[in-house]
Amino acid sequence: MAQDWKSFEPLLIPDIPNLQQIEVYEGNGGYDALKKILNDQNEWSRDNVVNEVKQANIRGRGGAGFNAGLKWSFMPDPDGGPRYLACNGDESEPGTFKDRKIFEFNPHLFIEGALIAAYAMTIDTIYVYIRGEYISWVEKFQKAVDDAYEKGYLGENIMGTDISIDLEVTYGAGAYICGEETSMLESLEGKRGYPRVKPPFPAQKGLWGRPTTINNIETLANVPLVINNGAQWYSDLGAEEHPGPVLYGISGHVNQPGVYEYPTGVPVLELINDVAGGIRGGKDLKALIPGGSSTPVLRADQLEGVTMNSDSLKDAGSMMGTAGMVVMDEDTDMVDVLWRIAHFYHHESCGQCTPCREGTGWLEKVLLKIKNGEGEMKDLDLLLDVGNQMEGRTICALADAAVWPVRHTINRFRDEFEARCKKSTHAVA
Amino acid sequence: MAELSFTEEELKEIEQLKAKFPTAKAATLQVLWVAQRKYGHVEPEVQNLVAETLDVPKSHVHGVASFYTQYYKEEKGKFVLDVCTCLSCQLCGGYDILHHLEEKLGIEAGETTDDGMFSIQSVECLGACGYAPMLQVTNGVYVNNLTKEKVDTLIDNL
Ligand SMILES: NC(=O)C1=CN([C@@H]2O[C@H](COP(=O)(O)OP(=O)(O)OC[C@H]3O[C@@H](n4cnc5c(N)ncnc54)[C@H](O)[C@@H]3O)[C@@H](O)[C@H]2O)C=CC1
Ligand SMILES: Cc1cc2nc3c(=O)[nH]c(=O)nc-3n(C[C@H](O)[C@H](O)[C@H](O)COP(=O)(O)O)c2cc1C
Ligand code: SF4
Ligand code: FES
Repeated sequence: MAQDWKSFEPLLIPDIPNLQQIEVYEGNGGYDALKKILNDQNEWSRDNVVNEVKQANIRGRGGAGFNAGLKWSFMPDPDGGPRYLACNGDESEPGTFKDRKIFEFNPHLFIEGALIAAYAMTIDTIYVYIRGEYISWVEKFQKAVDDAYEKGYLGENIMGTDISIDLEVTYGAGAYICGEETSMLESLEGKRGYPRVKPPFPAQKGLWGRPTTINNIETLANVPLVINNGAQWYSDLGAEEHPGPVLYGISGHVNQPGVYEYPTGVPVLELINDVAGGIRGGKDLKALIPGGSSTPVLRADQLEGVTMNSDSLKDAGSMMGTAGMVVMDEDTDMVDVLWRIAHFYHHESCGQCTPCREGTGWLEKVLLKIKNGEGEMKDLDLLLDVGNQMEGRTICALADAAVWPVRHTINRFRDEFEARCKKSTHAVA
Repeated sequence: MAELSFTEEELKEIEQLKAKFPTAKAATLQVLWVAQRKYGHVEPEVQNLVAETLDVPKSHVHGVASFYTQYYKEEKGKFVLDVCTCLSCQLCGGYDILHHLEEKLGIEAGETTDDGMFSIQSVECLGACGYAPMLQVTNGVYVNNLTKEKVDTLIDNL
């Protein structure tokens, strides 16, 4: 694919005016995938749908990259009690602003994908949890849901079949941690968003103790594409081990920031220069955070030949995350940037685990000291040491997400950090 | 403060919110939102009203109200300006916008003007990183691609 990616026609957010209107969506093949399945439930048995999606290898677009169909297959057999699909629209990872595009421009693609997922897992209640700050998008999305009910795609006896599925929209009230899947379950139950210990995984014990699958909004929007075109077609798009279209959110020091849809596997430098119009003010590129604030920063000289897919980014020393690319120019002060990231994680730690609650506080405090020109060389080692004490010792991955940027930014921009410490009033002569 | 209560209409809305979930408790966040839209904040007596309406412990509602940042636990200005200073906004001048507002209104982030018109807060990523720097007005409208001039116009028009 590598060469012809520029001619790619968007599939998740195609350039069709008013696609958010249900009639326009229907007029462009919308809800065909759902019809295909429900009209031929022998051919498209629940197991067959799960297998098709598993074969396609849609890697979770919420950031962890887990195969969606594989996750669906973890749901236990139905026992007659409630089962849930919880759709994650909390989108709060700094640098990430793509799910809202789906709510705004192609909500029915997501609704259709969620319905197919619910059918495949014998689920009759879907919750869509959206971050509270997105209230304008909640309202837009609710309109699409109301229309889908009216047209008989949601509710009792969908399109005259014996399948009934409800979808409830709800929203948070400001807490990054509620994007962590088990925290989101707590929040849906009306509680504080304290993440739960895994295992048990939500498939075993999720909402109100019942089997639950959690998927990101963009992940589910990919599902109708797979049903319409087949797993083979899907897995041939983009990078082999991480296929499909992806919404790249590009922000920071570029001329044309925004959300752009291309297949996975596009060269990072071409996304920055050709898609996002290059660096502002004709400056040079200094660094890139490829997939949201928790993914390790890469220096410009580490980006040659790197493409946006998990294998390539891993080889380069980072991760795909949410594909929220934060671009930094030559004048960027990496100490300031790292301090701000540390401040974010400290602010958002839920405080349940001591290493996270105390550790994120230490990271921020020491970085503030360095930023203010009062740091000492040994503070750099202290930061790395605190990080080592936190990693892997907590209930959820927020602590890890706080540690990675610290470790990699210091290691990759060590000179800059050392220079700041040497100049400091506290430097040992 | 006089005895607080929800109107018939609000109670009907609350019933609809409760119907989304298998338990009344699950509606806590949503009913706190109803209360905040009505009273402008969720001070302890408002939290108590929510607890009584849902028939859940007051301590539960206090816990939830204090966990989530969008609930105002004390009275705020008529307009709350949430300036994003997080990663992408920081890179694109979010702090300049914040400091410009602080100077213009004569208050610091976290404070409210004496006339009760404006509060300023420095907040975390609002999911609008491609439109940095930006701010949100009172949990509602996003104002994108800010410049100092755009901030001045915004304040004049509010
Ligand atoms: N979209 C956003 O705004 C944000 C995204 N993130 C991303 O979240 C990622 C971390 O997410 P986590 O959910 O903690 O990752 P994870 O790797 O623990 O889980 C990923 C998914 O696979 C499932 N899973 C994994 N192993 C399983 C097993 N053995 N059995 C059953 N299910 C299993 C989990 O339940 C989950 O749904 C980070 O890599 C980061 O990129 C982080 C912050 C914000
Ligand atoms: C601290 C933290 C915050 C997270 N925030 C989000 C989020 O806002 N949106 C999201 O989809 N996933 C988020 N995740 C990842 C979810 O836990 C989970 O992996 C994802 O929703 C699963 O969906 P997917 O497999 O379709 O990606 C977060 C994870 C962590 C550790
Ligand atoms: S790691 Fe941090 S955010 Fe996650 S549960 Fe523990 S204290 Fe809370
Ligand atoms: S960093 Fe400001 S909106 Fe994301």
